[in-house]
Amino acid sequence: MVLNKIEKLIEKYENGETTLQEEQQLKHYFTKETVAPHLEVYKPMFVYFSITQNEQFTKDVPLEPKKTIVLYKWISVAAIAIVMLGVYLSGAFDRQLTPSDLQGEDLIAYNQAMEAFNLLSSNFKKGTDNLSAVNQLSESFTKGEENMALLTQFDKTTDKVFKYE
Amino acid sequence: MTQAEYLNIVMPFKDKVFRLAKRLLVSHEEAEDATQEILMKLWKNREQMGTYRNVEAFAMTMTKNFCLDKLKSKHAQNLKIVHSNYQDKNLPLQKQVELRDSIDWVAKIVEELPEQQKIILQLRDIEQYEFSEIAKMLDMNETAIRVSLSRARKTIREELTKTHSYGVK
Repeated sequence: MVLNKIEKLIEKYENGETTLQEEQQLKHYFTKETVAPHLEVYKPMFVYFSITQNEQFTKDVPLEPKKTIVLYKWISVAAIAIVMLGVYLSGAFDRQLTPSDLQGEDLIAYNQAMEAFNLLSSNFKKGTDNLSAVNQLSESFTKGEENMALLTQFDKTTDKVFKYE
Repeated sequence: MTQAEYLNIVMPFKDKVFRLAKRLLVSHEEAEDATQEILMKLWKNREQMGTYRNVEAFAMTMTKNFCLDKLKSKHAQNLKIVHSNYQDKNLPLQKQVELRDSIDWVAKIVEELPEQQKIILQLRDIEQYEFSEIAKMLDMNETAIRVSLSRARKTIREELTKTHSYGVK
């Protein structure tokens, strides 16, 4: 390209008045091997521009922010598992308490409760005693019934005796 | 909108988003994170995508705002300066070694520019957007953009001249 034209373009370029096509021409000129010595200073500039132009974004393009949702799912599963394990273990390790384990207020409460239960059971016993009396009565009733049967038989035989006489 | 449709829209400009993020945040890793964040945001709002007039311009504006916010909030405390590996296999090795130094210089000079100029330079000289598109992305008028761009270009040239003649003059 004519040097004269390049010089003009450079001036326009520095004033920010070049079009994209003209800038392309400049770029082409300066990235070639031979550049006029007094324009050498522009060379690294245009070389730099054309090099950086080719830099690329190499990382993946992220699309789905699904990762967090999956994570929450697994957290909930883990939480349930832990709760279940806790329930299971607390059942396994819980042993039966005996009165000898009790102390202080608990022991007092236990004794009071036992007293109350004893009172209740003694009243129950009285009730069952009365019931035995009723049983005796019913026994004597059945005896009386048997005697009545004998009496009716006796009556029948006397009837027969009177008829055949 | 399905994933495939979304990717069809997003894929062509994801590199541009990344490069703009890197221009502002400098660190490669930070820029990658920022890009992912922005693509994620676009995906979440995919239902409204039809209402944007230009998804790409919208994404670039988002990137600009996101990165500036990030710079403001972190105040660059976490940012590392990581230089990319410049590879250009078209040039012979000797020339390449010679050039690498001055190319590094350009990168450094651009890094020193004010953020506004950085963004404009990135969008114009590297991504080659039309002025009208840049005006929409940055919500500025074209004249202001031209002025800013011209300043950036001149600064780079002046700084390069300085470093070139360093130790000579």
